[in-house]
Amino acid sequence: MSANSEVLLRVEDLKMHFPIYRGVFQRQVGAVRAVDEISFEVYRGETLGLVGESGCGKSTVARTVLQLYKPTAGKVHFEDKDLVHLKGEEMRQMRRKMQMIFQDPYASLNPRMTVEQIVGEPLMVHNAVTGKEIRERVEHLLDVVKLNPSFASRYPHEFSGGQRQRIGVARALALQPSFIICDEPISALDVSIQAQIINLLEDLQEQFGFTYLFIAHDLSVVRHISDRVAVMYLGVIMELAERDELYKKPLHPYTQALLSAVPIPDPVADAKRARVILEGDVPSPANPPSGCRFRTRCPIAQPVCAESRPEFREITPGHFVACFFAERFL
Amino acid sequence: MPDTILDVQGLETVFKTPDGTVHAVNGVSFGLKEGETLGVVGESGCGKSVTMLSVLGLIPNPPGRVVAGTAKFAGHDLLKMTNEEIRHVRGSQISIVFQDPMTSLNPVLTIGKQLTEPLALHLGMTKKQAETRAAELLGMVGIPNAMERLKDYPHQYSGGMRQRVMIAMALSCSPQILIADEPTTALDVTIQAQITDLVKRLRQELGMAVIWITHDLGVVAGLAHRVVVMYGGFIIEEASVGELYANPSHPYTIGLLGSLPRVDAKQHDRLFSIEGLPPVLYQKPHACPFAPRCKWALERCWKENPALESITPEHRVACWVDTKTGRPRS
Repeated sequence: MSANSEVLLRVEDLKMHFPIYRGVFQRQVGAVRAVDEISFEVYRGETLGLVGESGCGKSTVARTVLQLYKPTAGKVHFEDKDLVHLKGEEMRQMRRKMQMIFQDPYASLNPRMTVEQIVGEPLMVHNAVTGKEIRERVEHLLDVVKLNPSFASRYPHEFSGGQRQRIGVARALALQPSFIICDEPISALDVSIQAQIINLLEDLQEQFGFTYLFIAHDLSVVRHISDRVAVMYLGVIMELAERDELYKKPLHPYTQALLSAVPIPDPVADAKRARVILEGDVPSPANPPSGCRFRTRCPIAQPVCAESRPEFREITPGHFVACFFAERFL
Repeated sequence: MPDTILDVQGLETVFKTPDGTVHAVNGVSFGLKEGETLGVVGESGCGKSVTMLSVLGLIPNPPGRVVAGTAKFAGHDLLKMTNEEIRHVRGSQISIVFQDPMTSLNPVLTIGKQLTEPLALHLGMTKKQAETRAAELLGMVGIPNAMERLKDYPHQYSGGMRQRVMIAMALSCSPQILIADEPTTALDVTIQAQITDLVKRLRQELGMAVIWITHDLGVVAGLAHRVVVMYGGFIIEEASVGELYANPSHPYTIGLLGSLPRVDAKQHDRLFSIEGLPPVLYQKPHACPFAPRCKWALERCWKENPALESITPEHRVACWVDTKTGRPRS
């Protein structure tokens, strides 16, 4: 799973603001700044983990990268094509290479379609294969995700949560993509089933060389599966680094607080570590704090943090942090 | 040695469904000592919530029915009480905090109205007294500007603050036992850390006993004194928190701990996954409910259900196999 340095996806200054309309004339009175000028790269063959608390904009990043939302500003380069300006057939062709696995395996499968129809739909839409071959391909895909191929004519309600998530994975694999966005793929599943799906995703990556953008709120899971990790807070990436670097030497106060809040299933280790408990709640993205987004809850905030937004800068090779005082923790 | 304040013996609860009778709780026995925190861990459907709801007489009948067992609290059997009698216990001596703070508050009543209700009902306070006490309670759970915020409606509170309100409500009559049913599952990790810290502090200040129901072995590690692990409506392991994590002895507990990725992981190991699915119990099991998923299963496991037996003074396990050696327990 070692990452070579070929960039598959490059996101530059991506912004996604959702307008808020009010009043009789539905005038725009503001915007929810769900994603506010973020930049990152994903290398071919790696897994980039994207973590953050609910409402921080991680799913919006996923949807904007796939052009399911039209970004307010910024560039999304995939295999050196700028997706933001692609149209029609060209965009359609690119979509085959980028797929998504969704969070809720109960809501993301149409209850009126059989597994064969669900997994076969992308094949039909993109005219990848026709007629009898579809059934063959679907059975093969089910085999790949370790479901019994004879389940193809069943309906989603006949499956458990973990099995449904496997169907979702099979659908994402149907068009042989190179890039898969996993949007909280295990958070709706039971603990003992989560490990099954994580192992499946890892096996598939090894087998087919997929590149993953893995979105989750669970830092333990992200540590397990990712090569590099980006931490988001209120629409902004606060820190991005190699996995071990980030977990051993977090340089942003938010990352530090987040890591110290994760429960460890071991009372001895849990009692030994220092805890940083953040006060208060995440502010609203419709009215974010000036300057640094995190300053209202930051234990080391200074007046300068309210005045200007800290640059997302490379402090040590490959370790990016958006904080004025990151050197303090080196 | 602190006294046992809640003593549950042989509790059995069933639900009648169109598909047959589901045996949700199958003879559960446990004790709760004064001032201790008991963690109840298990996956969805293992019977952990139903056990507590049965004790409090909150199982809707029909379809549910408590068919056997006793639950001694202060010399009285909660299961034999009339609705009228148990209503006096519930909310004043034993109170419960539910999982979802979004749905457990009434959206059309102010926080103040909802907080003063139990005070007037159980303690017979006047409106003025109740309001003062309610503001005190809000202050105690860390909500600033409490007197003003009593006039707000639930939608004006964030998720973490709503859960604080639920806790304030549960504590309003100074209960001896607080039952928390997955109180942090719907919350973000930094908020979860706030809430667990709050409950730890309040438990010490008020000297109550806490039962913390969760599926997260991580949360319990930092919080509980003693842990019971449930599977298929049975308690399959019970130990002090240090002993359970250092020395898990039931195959299910071992599997569950092995399937958790850890944020403090030393190296990247493949996750251990428990194959198969948790059971749905349409019959009262006469064999070990975990046998179909157990890699240690012996012939005996398919025929007889092991009882919970002590392996050390503070550790009880329901398993025929000594998982240290893989041989039958003598």
